[in-house]
Amino acid sequence: MTEQRIYIHGVVLNEETRCTLADLCRLCGVHAEMIHEMVEEGIITPEGPSSREWFFTGIAIKRVQTAIRLQRDLRVNLPGCALALDLLDELEELRRLARCR
Amino acid sequence: MEYKDYYKILGIPRDATQDQIKQAYRKVARKFHPDVSKEFNAEAKFKDAGEAYEVLKDPEKRTAYDKFGANWREGQHFEPPPNWDAGFEFRGAGYTGGDSGGFSDFFESLFGHGQTGRQRTHVFRMRGEDQHAKIVIPLADAYWGARQTITLTRPVVDTDGHVRTSPHTLHVVIPQGIIEGQRIRLEGQGLPGYGGSPAGDLYLEVAFQEDRLFHAEKRDIHLTLPITPWEAALGATLTVPTLGGHVQLKIPPGAQGGKKLRLKGKGLCSANHRGDQIVTLQIVVPEAKTEEQRSLYRAMAEKMPFNPRSGLET
Repeated sequence: MTEQRIYIHGVVLNEETRCTLADLCRLCGVHAEMIHEMVEEGIITPEGPSSREWFFTGIAIKRVQTAIRLQRDLRVNLPGCALALDLLDELEELRRLARCR
Repeated sequence: MEYKDYYKILGIPRDATQDQIKQAYRKVARKFHPDVSKEFNAEAKFKDAGEAYEVLKDPEKRTAYDKFGANWREGQHFEPPPNWDAGFEFRGAGYTGGDSGGFSDFFESLFGHGQTGRQRTHVFRMRGEDQHAKIVIPLADAYWGARQTITLTRPVVDTDGHVRTSPHTLHVVIPQGIIEGQRIRLEGQGLPGYGGSPAGDLYLEVAFQEDRLFHAEKRDIHLTLPITPWEAALGATLTVPTLGGHVQLKIPPGAQGGKKLRLKGKGLCSANHRGDQIVTLQIVVPEAKTEEQRSLYRAMAEKMPFNPRSGLET
């Protein structure tokens, strides 16, 4: 008998992936207070009129997860995480431009 | 089992002070943190540094480790002598913190007892950890969508309570129109949970293989198309490759080198997004090898007076 392969479909996380505050907390394993602090620090920017109706994109998921690892592994505080994330984005863009040369 | 030279990993002498150890660890951790570093094997180096620090920051563990002597070399075959840790108080204490999931067999056999024993005696419930990995795919797979089999290394706890790494194979669908840097989340495919709790998630970050012809910028695919001067001057319809196969491209008369032409919808397209192929013209001038060919160029110079440097005059 041949082996039956089951291919798993994932969800692509991009600018259009929408998740609520509760989803974001569950995906990143943090409390809502932490997300509020990250929003205040400008690490992520929610859309929606009030925090009850906030939603976030797939990009926010990545930023929160990276910020958590930077906090845990390198003891970077939140303003430091915000700075590191912005610099990492800029570095990524510069690397991309350098590759196109 | 291979000996690990924790001092060498942190780049410090064996008589380093506790402060020097802390500083060296922080420096190495910043340099090789997987979120920050593009160094080759950054993740492994980051884990090694964490393991080295776990031992050297604790004076008891450090003294025990130092007992093996300074003559061991990184990677050398090593078995700890029996009762090597007699008289030290860390036996059974396991880890003091940090992400111990990926520590080496060397660490495990010296300092790793006890931790999982503790887990077994308590009713311990915890969601599995998320796992992050990078997959490198050919551009064609992103264009068409694909099915891929990937193998990840993950830590597993065996029946003795020791942590080992074992390969884990998964078959995944690469969705059509995925672009570089995007992540695919596979729910429940991360590390297993404890005590009946659910597994973590697996995040795959997509990178593209270097391609001989094409390169991708977000959704657009770029191609440089070499053309002759007469194709540029007179216009032509040329066959050009795209990720989806060959198409005909019309070059307008009087095209200059560097001109960009857009093939709509021939980039990386998904359900909601369209990418184009951008073709950059590169005029290649044929070398005049014979007298007849040289006279053709001379005739052109005579009949088509033209100064491409008029803009440079001051």
